[in-house]
Amino acid sequence: MTTLTESDKPIYVQTADWIEDNILSEAFGEETRIPSTTEISVQYKINPATALKGVQMLVDKNIIYKKRGLGMFVAKGAKEKIRETRKQEFFDKYITALISEAQMLGISREEIRQMIDKCFKEGDDK
Amino acid sequence: MSEIKVSKLCKNFGKNSALTDVSLTLRENCIYGLLGRNGAGKSTLLNILSGRMFPTSGEVTVDGEPLTGNDNALGKIFMMGEQLVFIPSLKVKKMFEVTADFYPDYDMEYAMKLAGNYGLDCKKHIHKLSTGYKTIAKIINALACGAPVVFFDEPVLGLDANHRDMFYRNVIERYTEHPATYVISTHLIEEASSFIERAIIIRESKLIMEEDTEIIRGMGYTVSGKAGDVDSYLSSLGGSSEILRTEVIGGLKTVSIKGQPAGNTQGLEITPLSLQNMFVCLTNENIGKE
Repeated sequence: MTTLTESDKPIYVQTADWIEDNILSEAFGEETRIPSTTEISVQYKINPATALKGVQMLVDKNIIYKKRGLGMFVAKGAKEKIRETRKQEFFDKYITALISEAQMLGISREEIRQMIDKCFKEGDDK
Repeated sequence: MSEIKVSKLCKNFGKNSALTDVSLTLRENCIYGLLGRNGAGKSTLLNILSGRMFPTSGEVTVDGEPLTGNDNALGKIFMMGEQLVFIPSLKVKKMFEVTADFYPDYDMEYAMKLAGNYGLDCKKHIHKLSTGYKTIAKIINALACGAPVVFFDEPVLGLDANHRDMFYRNVIERYTEHPATYVISTHLIEEASSFIERAIIIRESKLIMEEDTEIIRGMGYTVSGKAGDVDSYLSSLGGSSEILRTEVIGGLKTVSIKGQPAGNTQGLEITPLSLQNMFVCLTNENIGKE
């Protein structure tokens, strides 16, 4: 992520997504401090109020919490929580779209299975 | 606190009106983008708000006090204009010092630090600086001034991409450490759209919008697809939607529409309008015409 304004999503949602991505990849480990809203807003040139809104969204979801005087920390179990939500999103966003595109192209269920298997196999070979 | 209220502002230059009936309130500690096409009246507005120009009619107040002839109100405002208001033979350091005489909260240490970061030689005479460095000197002066309201008129004019990037970061950094009201007029909307909290849009001397950028971003969308599909989508909307722009390339039609997508959009590509695209639509002379 180099800029935050290219996507369709509101910037505060992108900010929250970016923090979640980093928690998933363990760049921000559980019980460790995440960058401050100032650091985030300067780095990505976004309005501090917008960055704060994104951070607040994750506080409301109990993904991160505030330690007074120290900053924002990743909550315990945050990664698992994000994974669960993202799994559902994965289904809605990719699987449903995959099936509808496949139907449009007349690709059968069996063909899709073969394609997926092939993809996994190529991934394993690397 | 520093709130600026503008009511029914008009400015005429001979027969031409540069500003017509502009009323708005600048909130305390907010980053504004002042957007408008060339000659729309951006600089005139900023010049009046900073007391460099008198309005033909209308009033400007700062925290309830009228701006005109009021040193207390004027001292709360700093303007970085296009023109250099200092004697050209002045050295950069001296320019900072002269400004500091007028603005008691001036942060000289910060100014010198920024000068170092930008590679600006403070011992040089202003008129010997390149176009870009003249702008940089003015930017630094504005960022360090310590006034609760700072206007930047085209601050990135003549700056290369690296220095523009530095400027945007400096604005945000300074804003978080010393909150103030910033009004930044610019044509590079895409670059600034992510940190501008509210946008003020002027078109042909009139204020046409003053709104949260996040809200403006959600105000419209673009539909594109086969001309027939787009047309039937448009007719399904009925006459309720305002069409901002229509483009046709071959059999492909792209239409920008105010509001939210509704009804059946299958086979059509829907994208939200960016601040820049919304601005182009709002300030185009041929609104809605094909």
